[in-house]
Amino acid sequence: MDITVNGQQRTVATTTSLADLLAAMNLNPQRVAVEHNGTILSQADFATTTLGDGDKLEIVSFVGGG
Amino acid sequence: MDQLIIANRPFRSRLMVGTGKFASNLEMAETIAASGAEIVTVALRRVNIDDSHDDLLNHIDRDKYLLLPNTSGARDADEAIRLARLARAAGCEPWVKLEVTPDPYYLLPDPIETLKATEVLVKDGFTVLPYINADPVLAKHLQEAGAATVMPLGAPIGTNKGIKTRDNIAIIIEQASVPVVVDAGLGAPSHAAEAMEMGADAVMVNTAISVAGDTRMMAAAFAQAVMAGRQAYLAGLGQEQHQASASSPLTGFLRD
Amino acid sequence: MSFCDIIKRYPRQQVMEQIAAASGAEVERALARERITINDLPLLLSPAALPYLEQMAQKANRITKMRFGNIVQLYTPMYLSNECSNGCKYCGFNASNRIPRTTLTLEEIKHEAQLIHDYGFRSILLLTGEHPKLADNKYLVAAVEAIKPLFASISIEVYPMETAGYAQMVAAGVDGLTVYQETYDRQLYAELHPYGKKSDYDWRLQAPDRAGAAGLRRIGIGALLGLGEFASEAFYTGLHAWYLARTYWRSQVSVSFPRIRPANGGFEPLHHISDKQLAQMVCAMRLLIPDAGLFLSTRESAELRDGLMPLGITHMSAGSCTAPGGHSHKEESTEQFTIDDDRTPEQISAVIRAKGFEAVWKDWDSAFLNADVG
Repeated sequence: MDITVNGQQRTVATTTSLADLLAAMNLNPQRVAVEHNGTILSQADFATTTLGDGDKLEIVSFVGGG
Repeated sequence: MDQLIIANRPFRSRLMVGTGKFASNLEMAETIAASGAEIVTVALRRVNIDDSHDDLLNHIDRDKYLLLPNTSGARDADEAIRLARLARAAGCEPWVKLEVTPDPYYLLPDPIETLKATEVLVKDGFTVLPYINADPVLAKHLQEAGAATVMPLGAPIGTNKGIKTRDNIAIIIEQASVPVVVDAGLGAPSHAAEAMEMGADAVMVNTAISVAGDTRMMAAAFAQAVMAGRQAYLAGLGQEQHQASASSPLTGFLRD
Repeated sequence: MSFCDIIKRYPRQQVMEQIAAASGAEVERALARERITINDLPLLLSPAALPYLEQMAQKANRITKMRFGNIVQLYTPMYLSNECSNGCKYCGFNASNRIPRTTLTLEEIKHEAQLIHDYGFRSILLLTGEHPKLADNKYLVAAVEAIKPLFASISIEVYPMETAGYAQMVAAGVDGLTVYQETYDRQLYAELHPYGKKSDYDWRLQAPDRAGAAGLRRIGIGALLGLGEFASEAFYTGLHAWYLARTYWRSQVSVSFPRIRPANGGFEPLHHISDKQLAQMVCAMRLLIPDAGLFLSTRESAELRDGLMPLGITHMSAGSCTAPGGHSHKEESTEQFTIDDDRTPEQISAVIRAKGFEAVWKDWDSAFLNADVG
């Protein structure tokens, strides 16, 4: 199935959880925030959140700033 | 002991520093250490999917520093609220340096959207430190809305011009019941000292440090300037004399 | 959050120690600051500051001129009722005192108000004893509405009300409130106010908070000088004003300096407050809150009032009489306390002019804002 991550198309297996996706992307789940179809998730929910076809994800992390 | 207290939390340092615009994370980490700061600001951005990156947070000891996420990039209240909530979801304490800057040229803060966002975020349990123009009445509105500090700008961000809003900042300091943190425009340690001499509770510096030839040395210079300015304020500065001498006595009529 | 929470952060013992420990050098440093802070206030009220009184006066005079110009606003009190259910030991209206009790009728109020208006006054302070049954909110609203056409500004000094009561007063056309805590010393307060609603220290202490929440434009406070120890009472008065000015920033905060005068019942001041201390307090309040209104009444002598005027006083009463109906029937009624400066309003305003100030009878008009538009 296809999902959109930070505006880019990505094809993933149908049973992928959010935690799986973050691992595949080499992201530390404790260092990011995820908005799943417009809803901000808590980090504790990453493992139990399964992705569906057409889902939109925004994944953000900290960068330098003033 | 002279402490800065924000939302009931004590800090020894009155210098807050930003983590933007450094050549490397290593340089950033050594510089914030040299600054003595206990509050460091960070920003939130989409992760870069194609690029494995060196995570900023690997270089900031969270036991030593309070990570203060800003909402830079937000153009209205809704965007700022979203960024603040994302920062909290990413594992930050619910503190936020609220920046709403629809003007892309000078990045001047929007007072109306900032007030709206403050009201919502305070209700949502955030400790809100809003970045504002040096407007005393806006500062009062924000204080009423529950802001933990106000952060008036000395000059537009990144301009290094110093405290161009001096008279209004003096009024804010005179009237505010929350700490006043002078933010933006401080280009030299002398500017930071000036703010502290005026009675500001703290200052926030990023660009002036991160673009210096030697960022670590500049951070130390700012730290010393902030301490010097604070001490001068506490010690009591001699007033500039506008009159050569007193006019006729005003208390001669008092007998007992 | 109210002033009750703030005052707890400044324990009496600690404040008195700070005042006692103040040195001349510390006073000098505080006076050198562009703006003094609440932490400097104990210094300026200390005995160590008395040798610096002239310096304080010069600075207070400069700040006052900068903020207010050379003006003094005139107002007069009008007593509506001397009925009272409280037992304040220092007050002539004390419920235990056997004095003739009067509550003016609406007709008497109008007549009295007309006389005051004819003198030239456009600012009036309505006073009652504290008897919320015989002179209640409804009575006050009727009084205010009856005299509203004659005055630009109407203030009240009555029993402390609920926030809703103050809002009712604002709606009727009141723009100012005066409420004295009398003493900020909780223990002394209890001794001096043995019965009546007034025995509730906190209820009274929070009255200015409720007035601020209700949107009164002017909030006046004060301690009755001569009850508690001078410097600490002055400190808490300043702290209270400072807190109110920050919190209810849409309202103008003012401080009065009522020194105990002889009253029926023969109460002697518990502490002697000297003229110099009074001047010291006036100057310290001005230095702490540059924008505060500072009120001086006819309790003080003509000479002292004239001398204190340039030190920061912005409002003075004139032509005062402290008994209900006293403007209509001089020397007949029973007073709350005796006045000292008994010059006529014309005489006082002439002295004000001679001192280089302008006597102002009216500085704004609430009717302009309250007018029905459309």
